[in-house]
Amino acid sequence: MENNHLLLEVKNLKTHFFLDEGTVRALDGVDFVIKRGQTLGVVGESGCGKSVTARSILRIVPQPGRIVDGEIMLYLPAQSNHSTLTNVVNLTRLNPRGTQIRSIRGCRIALVPQEPMTSLSPVHTLGNQIVEAIVLHQEVSQAEAREKAIYMLDLVGMPQPSRTIDRYPHELSGGMRQRGMIAMALSCHPSLLIADEPTTALDVTTEAQILKLMQRLQQELGMAIMFITHNLGVVARMTEHVIVMYMGKVVEEADVDTIFHNPKHPYTQALLKSIPRLGQRTRERRRLESISGSVPDPYSIPKGCSFHPRCSQRIVGLCDQEEPPNIEIGPGHKTRCVLYR
Amino acid sequence: MAEGTMSDNRLLEVRDLKMHFPIRRGFFWSRTVGHVKAVDGVSLYIREGETLGLVGESGCGKTTTGRVILRAYEPTAGEVWFADRYMGWVNVPSLEKQEVKQLRQNMQLIFQDPYASLNPRMNLLQIVGEPLLVNGIAHGKELEDRVAELLRVVGLRPEYMSRYPHAFSGGQRQRIGVARALALNPQLVICDEPVSALDVSIQAQIINLLQDLQGDFGLTYLFISHDLSVVEHISDRVAVMYVGKLVESAVTEELFVNPRHPYTEALLSAVPKPDPRLRDEPIELPGEVADPANPPTGCYFHPRCQYQVERCAIETPALREIAPDHFVSCHRAEELNLTGVFGPTE
Ligand SMILES: Nc1ncnc2c1ncn2[C@@H]1O[C@H](COP(=O)(O)OP(=O)(O)O)[C@@H](O)[C@H]1O
Ligand SMILES: Nc1ncnc2c1ncn2[C@@H]1O[C@H](COP(=O)(O)OP(=O)(O)O)[C@@H](O)[C@H]1O
Ligand code: SF4
Ligand SMILES: [Mg+2]
Ligand SMILES: [Mg+2]
Repeated sequence: MENNHLLLEVKNLKTHFFLDEGTVRALDGVDFVIKRGQTLGVVGESGCGKSVTARSILRIVPQPGRIVDGEIMLYLPAQSNHSTLTNVVNLTRLNPRGTQIRSIRGCRIALVPQEPMTSLSPVHTLGNQIVEAIVLHQEVSQAEAREKAIYMLDLVGMPQPSRTIDRYPHELSGGMRQRGMIAMALSCHPSLLIADEPTTALDVTTEAQILKLMQRLQQELGMAIMFITHNLGVVARMTEHVIVMYMGKVVEEADVDTIFHNPKHPYTQALLKSIPRLGQRTRERRRLESISGSVPDPYSIPKGCSFHPRCSQRIVGLCDQEEPPNIEIGPGHKTRCVLYR
Repeated sequence: MAEGTMSDNRLLEVRDLKMHFPIRRGFFWSRTVGHVKAVDGVSLYIREGETLGLVGESGCGKTTTGRVILRAYEPTAGEVWFADRYMGWVNVPSLEKQEVKQLRQNMQLIFQDPYASLNPRMNLLQIVGEPLLVNGIAHGKELEDRVAELLRVVGLRPEYMSRYPHAFSGGQRQRIGVARALALNPQLVICDEPVSALDVSIQAQIINLLQDLQGDFGLTYLFISHDLSVVEHISDRVAVMYVGKLVESAVTEELFVNPRHPYTEALLSAVPKPDPRLRDEPIELPGEVADPANPPTGCYFHPRCQYQVERCAIETPALREIAPDHFVSCHRAEELNLTGVFGPTE
């Protein structure tokens, strides 16, 4: 891969939570890359480590969590226009309260959370919060920042932006709050937008509006998007490349078409078979193929392949003993499963 | 009750149901300043042994409809006819207190949130056995045997009987809720978003369980959900709500392949399909869902409808049967050519 296309490289990332009950290995050796302008989908069931991945990149892992190993390399274009050199920063090495990560957070990498209500302050207007974000990262006056905030609200399709800017979050609908969050996240033109389940709390028709908006903004602004979701339909609609996570590990990664039409990991295969699909009842009536059991509790990750207790293709004596290696089975297609050794 | 409905094997028939909640202002001298029209004209029926899916976006009145059927609220208007096993055909809103108690044995509810709906201080024996105990059906050793059997039926080990809800995963808790709902051998089970809080792999387990139980015990379901794929999978017929009104209902295949209401068409097109080769552009609905305290005139959907004509803003379309078992409330239902899940219909 040409290095100047690379935006973010996560290598062997381990983030653990040290609790009285034991250690939660929330991320247990995560590897992936994001290229400039690419949309990477991150899928998996709740608790598999999607949000902790996002928080680790932004260096906002809450106590008692800590990055214990690995690297997160951010490749930034050089400031000078005449140079094609890139600056590389290892985010895991930065002081999480230092100035360097603060200038990256919100400016180079921005976050759109699942529930805007918990990220927006209820006592400040939407506008003040966007203005504050702009002033923090850009050398502009309050008045200019307000102009910019109105411009951003207009860009995200907020009706009557010059009036909406003075509304409080609770006066807005869920869809409008999410537009506000996107406006705030994009106000500094980040190179990477991390969207953590941005439409999970919304209804389908509002979700369709927000997804379309994000696609349009990506075309216009060219940022990369790390799109975290548990919804396989949203992944299929929005992403180019996909990583599938299970218990703190990436178990499969491939381009989106391969993930849906030629999945290799038994977990990916099982997930795709367990969902009902629109129109299916008319084509063929069948029972859903559920995955047996449930995700084990995070204090006791099973030995060997962590999916083996639920896997219908497991090889006894092998899968429950050996941790499967990450195997490249095609261009850009990797999986952690002994069946492909 | 009309004889026709009896012969057609109906278990429940809701007619033009309305549930308006007063909006009050002021504290000491509170006065009513308006009404939230949570349910504002719902007509539907469920035949014995079938599953009726009830879909619509949040706030459209699905939960309220379910609660009025169970007589948790006194409706503002309308009728809810139920073919009770013991009492025969009854209009639920006009039942006496004692009769409501009787009715509740035959109508049960399964909730969305498997975490909030179980009392954390009660063990499984108490949770699942409570309806049997309260109704004087079983106690002591017999109660334990009945609870053990119920736990087995929903796929839980009877040995778990003395454990408390916190020891169980979300999927297991939902199984506990199902066991409790089945304790009195109800005729109708109202499932209010029973799988919405669960992960996809667990969702499939619970959906399969509900289908197996229906086969084994001849249950009738009102299955409330905002997830159209799940509703399509589990329902024999589907009813669609928009801002308190029932806008369309039909046999499942018919509704998904051949929708006749513009809102149903938009909903179907908005669902993201789990296949990157099917990235068609969804129909984008302008604006937002109307406020049920202040709905638009005429057809409540008209401000967002791409097919609206002058009449739509003036006249409220009535729900009418345009084909056998296919009901729709749109002025233009006959003339429009809408797109279903397999593309435009003929
Ligand atoms: N603040 C925290 N304290 C303890 N454990 C946590 C915390 N945040 C996350 N975890 C654990 O880390 C794992 C991954 O969580 P998360 O990344 O939030 O999952 P998801 O894929 O649903 O976003 C889970 O087992 C979760 O319990
Ligand atoms: N007890 C109540 N008092 C006042 N308004 C209510 C009450 N219950 C529900 N509503 C309102 O009625 C509408 C329909 O709510 P609900 O039936 O819960 O919808 P759904 O289940 O489809 O999401 C919403 O606007 C809701 O805020
Ligand atoms: S009645 Fe008119 S506005 Fe309402 S759905 Fe039909 S065409 Fe659209
Ligand atoms: Mg998360
Ligand atoms: Mg509800």
